Amino acid sequence: MLLQIQVNHFKDYPPEARRVATSHIELLRKLPAAFTPLLLQQIQAYDWRFPAERRDIDRQLTFLKSLAEAERRRLFTGFEQLKLPAQLLDVKWIESPVEFSEQLSHHLWTTGQIDAFHQASEAYLKAVFAAIPAQPPTTRRLGIAVIGKGVERNTYPLFRKLRPYGSRFTNVNPANGLKTLLAHVTDRAAAHPSSFDHWYIDGGPAEKIEQPFLTSISYHGLAQNRQALLRKTSSAIQNGIAGPKELLSLLHGMKPEEIGFDMAGPNGAILSHFATSLLTSGSGTQIFSTSFVQWATRELWRRAQPLTMLARFAPRQRLRPMNELLSGDEQTVEMDAPGSLIDADMGAYYMWLEQQRLSGAEQSSFMIWFEDHAEALVVSPSLARNTESNARVDMRWLLAQTG
Amino acid sequence: MANPWTHKAGEISASVSQSRREFLRSLTGAACARPFFSVSSSVAGPPFASGLQSRERRAVVVTFGGGCRDEEVLTPMGQQNVPYLLRELLPQGTFFTHVENRGILGHYVATASLTTGVYETFDNFASVPPQSPTVFEYFRKDLKRPLHDAWVVAPSNGFNRIGSSDVRSFGPGYGAQVILPKRFLKQALMGTTGDYTRLLQDNYETPLFSPQVEGGKVSLDEFTELLNLSAKDFVTQALTLSSADELSFFVAKRLMRRYAPRLLWITLHDMDVAHAGCYSLYIEGIQRTDRLCREIWRTIQSEPEYAGKTSLFILPDFGRDSDGSIGGNGFQHHRTGDALSRTTWMLALGPGIHANRVVDRPVEHLDVVPTLGARLGFDARMARGKPLTELL
Repeated sequence: MLLQIQVNHFKDYPPEARRVATSHIELLRKLPAAFTPLLLQQIQAYDWRFPAERRDIDRQLTFLKSLAEAERRRLFTGFEQLKLPAQLLDVKWIESPVEFSEQLSHHLWTTGQIDAFHQASEAYLKAVFAAIPAQPPTTRRLGIAVIGKGVERNTYPLFRKLRPYGSRFTNVNPANGLKTLLAHVTDRAAAHPSSFDHWYIDGGPAEKIEQPFLTSISYHGLAQNRQALLRKTSSAIQNGIAGPKELLSLLHGMKPEEIGFDMAGPNGAILSHFATSLLTSGSGTQIFSTSFVQWATRELWRRAQPLTMLARFAPRQRLRPMNELLSGDEQTVEMDAPGSLIDADMGAYYMWLEQQRLSGAEQSSFMIWFEDHAEALVVSPSLARNTESNARVDMRWLLAQTG
Repeated sequence: MANPWTHKAGEISASVSQSRREFLRSLTGAACARPFFSVSSSVAGPPFASGLQSRERRAVVVTFGGGCRDEEVLTPMGQQNVPYLLRELLPQGTFFTHVENRGILGHYVATASLTTGVYETFDNFASVPPQSPTVFEYFRKDLKRPLHDAWVVAPSNGFNRIGSSDVRSFGPGYGAQVILPKRFLKQALMGTTGDYTRLLQDNYETPLFSPQVEGGKVSLDEFTELLNLSAKDFVTQALTLSSADELSFFVAKRLMRRYAPRLLWITLHDMDVAHAGCYSLYIEGIQRTDRLCREIWRTIQSEPEYAGKTSLFILPDFGRDSDGSIGGNGFQHHRTGDALSRTTWMLALGPGIHANRVVDRPVEHLDVVPTLGARLGFDARMARGKPLTELL
């Protein structure tokens, strides 16, 4: 089934999104009703998307336009075969594709069609990427995870998941370690200057950086926004919001300005929307700094597809009851440094997994360091896998191995 | 439409099952090589063959929830998290390595599916009863059992309707009594100024949401009467416990001593804190659940009404997303519906159940209720699963 889409359906879209949608209206009219709102969900946020995301959207549209009628039908066979109720096959969803997505998800699960949907989606994306492969990065990607801040002694076996892929070093000189890492990513940003291609994420307060192409975001830096968000959710619950789904809808609809973000500056809108999404679509990111850092790395690899990422995990607060957490009062917070080290060790593994899903993965490098300690692991094309060394090395030497 | 349970998913599930079996073989040594090693040991009490009638049999079902992966339980890396399950309980029971859940992966709806033997399709967050008769209704109706013979102890997020369906000819009149310990704790704490809120957190699915649970039929006074415990003592006891699941176990134990129900369902949930994204908290939850399963089994062995008559079923409601699932975020959620999040395991112990036995063939969550029916003597006639012959 196709939708009778009109230009005025896009009237509430932001300017760039409206332009993209309007200029492809003929194509959109030819796509199945079960798919079109999902594509429009990506387009609707075009104004606030990272350059890499915009390229992906453009790539999809270019590919779809290039298909002959029969090819397009074949591509969307899986979507056409989904059995959807009439209310989900309505042109009204063009104006609110996010709501469509939520309702579609519910329907697919309750009718046992979620696997069929995943297959249809995978087939579609596979065809897009096969037709228009992702561009290789302009330089090798580098991910760096710094874990264990504040932990003096540790008995937890670190890097277990990453050991098969890299070289472990057990005698690293930790002197000036963080400073050296920051200088290195700063140099990379200067050497490959491009917006949103280099990131520094910190689970505590961010270290000072002075490189315009190294974008930073920190858990502490968002303290006021987090507290504003918690106040809003607390207020909604006290006012009798119906349930978890309604709360999720409230969060997904939250605008940056509602929780105190300043949209000024050349990239202000994109950064504010991204930071808002970290707090509203990430589970636990509002409360636990380790979850915040892990989710930020996941989202950035997927969305911004940067060349450089330095993520520093910091101690998160001890698990406390929800009512206490909702107060947003950080005056009396107790920290759980040992637990945070375990969280960060797993978070760093997930960070590496996401990095491996990007173009140029086979040439990329990854490093994890137990902050202020002698343990590190490097995954690099130039290093053997699943090896261990107790040779005395310093941070500069380790970075040199990442290429 | 193509079968959504794809060949690929089937292969992955089979692979999971195979790796579980290999692990179990290494863990239990020669025992796994002797698939019909023995029936229950003396620890587990006399087998059915000794003449135990179905009307004397009892069953306790524990959901090892909410949601855990092989990675943290059955793999060599994960085994340290469940020492009691693997070293103490597994050698006494029959272990099913491949248990599939093809339904909706939300805790309430999945647990409801477990209790009905039918994949329920309602909204996980809705306060609605199961759409098919529950195991409690079959049990009480067919065997003419009184109200106090079937209980559910559950976390408070929406499980208050799980005791019975609204199916005509069944329904609440045949249902289980449902106890939501945290709900009563909250009532008991009303008006107090102490820091008594630490056990009230639930619904990890949306960590910012703290629901108001309504609709329960049992008042606080009735609850304390049921447990033969004052509200003050209940609070005092609760404050010595480390988690909500500890509280559930405390309540279950009181119920076992007071009423000795023949059918008891305990839903554990601490590990679902994984939704907050903290791996260490998820692991702590699994370790606590492991310990509580041992405590439950030990309680069964030590209570005269239960010892030698009771089978214990332990199984996760489902898994969690695999690290390799692109749509997910690893252990944190169970949203992708990937093969690993649908494939779990089950351990059954008790009289008449073979000890130290591993079953590799794929079975489903839906098979639990018909199996209970076959063991306890009722007919789960609307359930879609089949009795597990290995347990009969």
